[in-house]
Amino acid sequence: MNLIFEIALTHVRARVRQTGFAVAGVATGVGFSIMMASLMQGSQDDFTQRLINTLPHVTVSDERRTPPPQPAEVMFGAVEIHGLTPEARRPGIKNPLAIMAALEAWVPGGVAPSVKVQAIIRYANHDIATSVTGIDPRRESKVSELPKQMRGATLTALYRATNAIIIGDRLSQKIGARIGANITLQTSQGARINAQVVGFFHTGVRQTDEGTAYVLTKTGQILAQQTGLINELRIRLNDPLQAREIAARVENDTGYKSVSWQEAFEDLIATFIIRNIIMFAVVGAILLVASFGTYNIISTITHEKARDIAIMKSLGLRESTVRMIFVVEALIIGLVGALAGFVFGYLLCVGLGSIKITNPFIDSNYLPLAYTYTHYLLAGMVALVSSVIAGYQPARKAARLHPVEIIRGAT
Amino acid sequence: MSATATQSAKTAQAAMPLIEARNVTRILPGIVPTTLVQGVNLAIRDNEFVAITGPSGSGKSSLLYLLGLLDLPTTGEVLIRGHATAHMTEEERAFTRLTLLGFVFQFHFLLPEFSVLDNVMLPMRALGRLSADAMRARARDLLGALGLGDHMTKRPDQLSGGQRQRVAVARAMANEPPIILADEPTGSLDSKASEQVFEVLRDLVDRHGKTVVAVTHDLGLASRMHRRIELMDGAIVGDKATAGAR
Repeated sequence: MNLIFEIALTHVRARVRQTGFAVAGVATGVGFSIMMASLMQGSQDDFTQRLINTLPHVTVSDERRTPPPQPAEVMFGAVEIHGLTPEARRPGIKNPLAIMAALEAWVPGGVAPSVKVQAIIRYANHDIATSVTGIDPRRESKVSELPKQMRGATLTALYRATNAIIIGDRLSQKIGARIGANITLQTSQGARINAQVVGFFHTGVRQTDEGTAYVLTKTGQILAQQTGLINELRIRLNDPLQAREIAARVENDTGYKSVSWQEAFEDLIATFIIRNIIMFAVVGAILLVASFGTYNIISTITHEKARDIAIMKSLGLRESTVRMIFVVEALIIGLVGALAGFVFGYLLCVGLGSIKITNPFIDSNYLPLAYTYTHYLLAGMVALVSSVIAGYQPARKAARLHPVEIIRGAT
Repeated sequence: MSATATQSAKTAQAAMPLIEARNVTRILPGIVPTTLVQGVNLAIRDNEFVAITGPSGSGKSSLLYLLGLLDLPTTGEVLIRGHATAHMTEEERAFTRLTLLGFVFQFHFLLPEFSVLDNVMLPMRALGRLSADAMRARARDLLGALGLGDHMTKRPDQLSGGQRQRVAVARAMANEPPIILADEPTGSLDSKASEQVFEVLRDLVDRHGKTVVAVTHDLGLASRMHRRIELMDGAIVGDKATAGAR
């Protein structure tokens, strides 16, 4: 065995209780860091997954990013225009079927047309503002999880009645509507139809479950008072993380505003960064506190071993060798602490994941936890580095001890 | 190199002092600076058995630490085999201690968690010139020669004072240094154990050709060595051959 490692190991093994406390400190730090990272990452992943499952990955609407340029602006290099009202355009995407066909040729995923109308649902003295989406049930499975999120019926129930409607389960609870209930839909343009509730859906996103309804495309067009209207193309991708790039290309190809799910929830996703900063700060603080334990034990050992240090130096061991002995001791504490922390962290995660949560705002009965080796690797690395840093100062001090002073003191 | 040239080189080396102190002074800095060693000039040659004596506080141990490169003189210089040590780096001094000097202190100063065998192997392992088996064999030989063959696996606290001190001598001998510096090697031992350790040191000189410089209060033991250097207030006040001289 290497001399440095053997001396270091002998020192830490000779102080089982003190070393045990230092190791326990590091293990606790690593364990809680892993648990916290797992919880934060798990909740973030869970939330992202819900967003991805609930919403189209890319939404192409009949809007444009910027108003169309005026003819004068096209003609002249510098133009100043006052009091101009932008040209009123006919709503809807032009040639939606042709655009869909073009997109289907290259987009890695599915495309479906829809009609989106804002309406008020009236039922039993309730007036609830709702986003009504006209869909094609046969194509819906290509672009959303809606078929899987249905409760008590399938999407084809939309064909069962004239003006059939599927509403979110929270919306149904809010207005007290059951299957077969006849509700009234009214738009701000004055369109008004009666519709029959044929099913419910549940996405797990409160905002969607409380404020969204689905009808057939044709019913949506009647509500919008425009035959043949398609004002939204919804795209679902095989890889949701490609949404930004695909949206940019679609917008470039079609000229219509294409919004990826990341862009739609940019503010929310930005908060993840803040969450992660908080997480890393807390994890760092936990491990920093744990490293004080390592500092303490290495300081104690160097203090107790001052005579041995003097002897080793008098025998001819170099300062760097003596320093390395104590750094290796810190490393051993950090390594054993990290390994114990891995087990502790895993057990904490398993324990936390088995606690049943009953909360009206969360669907899942159990806390979402992410199990990834990255958390273990990160916590382990930070524990090792902080242990070495904690051990280096007393090690350096020990290596600089003047042997004569110690020997004189001992004699 | 011819036989004549080799012979003349050996003669020159023999003529050269093994350790030489040239006008060495050591002053401890402080509010009131303390002079530990003052203007010491000294030459110790191969195969000498030298006693450094003097009353407490006369600078015996300080001089020994200076000769052993554990401390640096404030002025003057120490030469080992003719090489000046004043400008050596810490690493070079450590290497010189590891290869040319062996230390025995008043208290054994063995590493308490290590076995007797491991303690003796420590300097060899630090030097790293021998294989593990060769180191173990040499440590066993040394301990066997010092009558400690049955105690190799014991820890230092399982040995008597005299046995521990003999282990310390074995450790000092581990890398076969030509010089052994001993600081009151019998100071903490009873008369029987003192005698045993003294015999071991004398054996190093007589049979192994080593040079031993030992600080001692015991004038009886000092008189049985080859040469006695007497210190007073950090300065040499006497340097003469003793009755033990050959």
